Amino acid sequence: MTTTDPTASEQAGWTSDALELGRRILTTPAVGPFIALLATMAFFSFKSDRFLETQNLSLVLQQVMVVGVLAIGQTMVILTAGIDLSVGTVMALGQIVMTKLAVENGVPAIPALLLGILTCVAFGVLNGGLVTAIRLPAFIVTLGTLNIAFALTHVVSNDLTFPGLPSELLFFGRTFSLAGGDFTYGVVLMLVLYAIAWYALTQTAWGRHVYAVGDNPEAARLTGINVNRVLLSVYTLAGLMSGIAAMLLVARTELGDPNAGQTTENLDSITAVVLGGTSLFGGRGTVIGTLIGATIVGVFRNGLTLIGVEVIYQYLVTGILVILAVSVDQLTHRRRA
Amino acid sequence: MSADDRTPILEARGLVKRYGHVVALNGADFELYPGEILAIIGDNGAGKSTLIKALSGALQPDEGEIRLDGDPVHFRSPRDARRAGIETVYQDLAVAPALDIATNIFLGREQRRRGPLGLGLRLLDKRAMRREATRHFAELQIGVQSMSQPVENLSGGQRQGVAVARAATWARRLVIMDEPTAALGVKETRQVLDLIARVRERGLPVILISHDMPHVFELADRIHIMRLGRRVAVVTPQTHTMPEAVAIMTGATRAELDQALTTGES
Repeated sequence: MTTTDPTASEQAGWTSDALELGRRILTTPAVGPFIALLATMAFFSFKSDRFLETQNLSLVLQQVMVVGVLAIGQTMVILTAGIDLSVGTVMALGQIVMTKLAVENGVPAIPALLLGILTCVAFGVLNGGLVTAIRLPAFIVTLGTLNIAFALTHVVSNDLTFPGLPSELLFFGRTFSLAGGDFTYGVVLMLVLYAIAWYALTQTAWGRHVYAVGDNPEAARLTGINVNRVLLSVYTLAGLMSGIAAMLLVARTELGDPNAGQTTENLDSITAVVLGGTSLFGGRGTVIGTLIGATIVGVFRNGLTLIGVEVIYQYLVTGILVILAVSVDQLTHRRRA
Repeated sequence: MSADDRTPILEARGLVKRYGHVVALNGADFELYPGEILAIIGDNGAGKSTLIKALSGALQPDEGEIRLDGDPVHFRSPRDARRAGIETVYQDLAVAPALDIATNIFLGREQRRRGPLGLGLRLLDKRAMRREATRHFAELQIGVQSMSQPVENLSGGQRQGVAVARAATWARRLVIMDEPTAALGVKETRQVLDLIARVRERGLPVILISHDMPHVFELADRIHIMRLGRRVAVVTPQTHTMPEAVAIMTGATRAELDQALTTGES
């Protein structure tokens, strides 16, 4: 057959345009994660009538708040092709410092909070210092500080919980009503932090440098970027985020608990970042994607509880989820290379 | 053309660099004159890259002197050399692939908005940077669709074009190109060679390190030949043939040279 059917070729052109459009929409950062979030929400709303109730959705946000803030620091670290495994236990230590100072030593709320946050920042500086000065792999450094922070949490707390907190420590757990749902000030703080992180990463030279260091550290160094200073800054900020997350955790649980934040939060923060489309290979990703990723994690935990799945199976599901997300990252990375 | 009565832009006298018992540079001299492309050729281990590293601040010579526009300089890092207006293009495409073209051009030298937004909030002036990058690309006749596409979507030649454009944008004195086409295919190499010629047309002198004799003889105004850590000769494409240059480079004997010449001519 030698003659070509014009409508067929036109149609082929149209389909390839549509495919191209589809490809561009799907490859726009955060669109893929957003579709995944909608699909997850659709699934749970079919499975449970209570899922889409405003009261439940605002509960999801409150559950997202702590992991969401941890994931901001985690995003910055992962964008530099690093990882911070210590964010959860550092947060636990910060929380114990805050509550112990307030309850046992009668330190006023604001200094207690600041000292707790400062403890977490110190861990961030320690992580960043070891990664840059001795050039140790971030994985090993933060695995070490994970254990140090874990041990210190139990030493400092003497394995006791600290209830009966002064009301100022609980400010970010207070709620206000909006559109029929209750929202905490902590959720507002998380959203503000995301806005600031988005601005810093996309609208400032520092943000460009974070991406460049993760994308091609040698090229970054050759263009005159101080790679070590950038790395130190992201680990320090991850420590700061652990401190703020500790403050939010205290406000939510209303006590200092040495066993809090040591199991799920670490992996959940990484899961949120990867589900949000940030590559573990560095240099690619958005903090908005991370917010969506953290929400997906929150929706999963909430939804699985609603439909009566036992907690232990929730671990199973999030474990599978993070491996799936990392596999997608690995496959796209291989296709690029 | 007698180059010797002008002041060299960049000049080196008696550079020595030792690594233990290995002498990488053994009293090397060097001159680069305004507006020229100077090729540096030499066998592996002849001291080409050590010389280039000394000139670009990547290492410090043990002895000898480097002068920029006649004034002695001591580069303690590539950053020092860059501040003095010397930019280097590397063979291994030193760009950040996930970032867009304009970002790569301005990487490490970002422009901020004027006024409080820039000073207080450190807001980048993305539009101005894209505009500047577009202007430089037009001047150098590098064809790309948009300054906001990621560098990884470009061909190898276009990527090296980004690296050359970045160097040409920031170099005030000279550009050093270290094997800029080594990682490229034939067609892409052609694009980059044309680009190097256009950089010279813009008045920037270029130091070109290359293994590829035909390219060297096509582009270079003068050819600096390294052997055993020294400059053994400076020739021009007009006075010497390729086999002669190779013979000087490898230290061939007179008989071998004659042999090479007859083979080259046949």
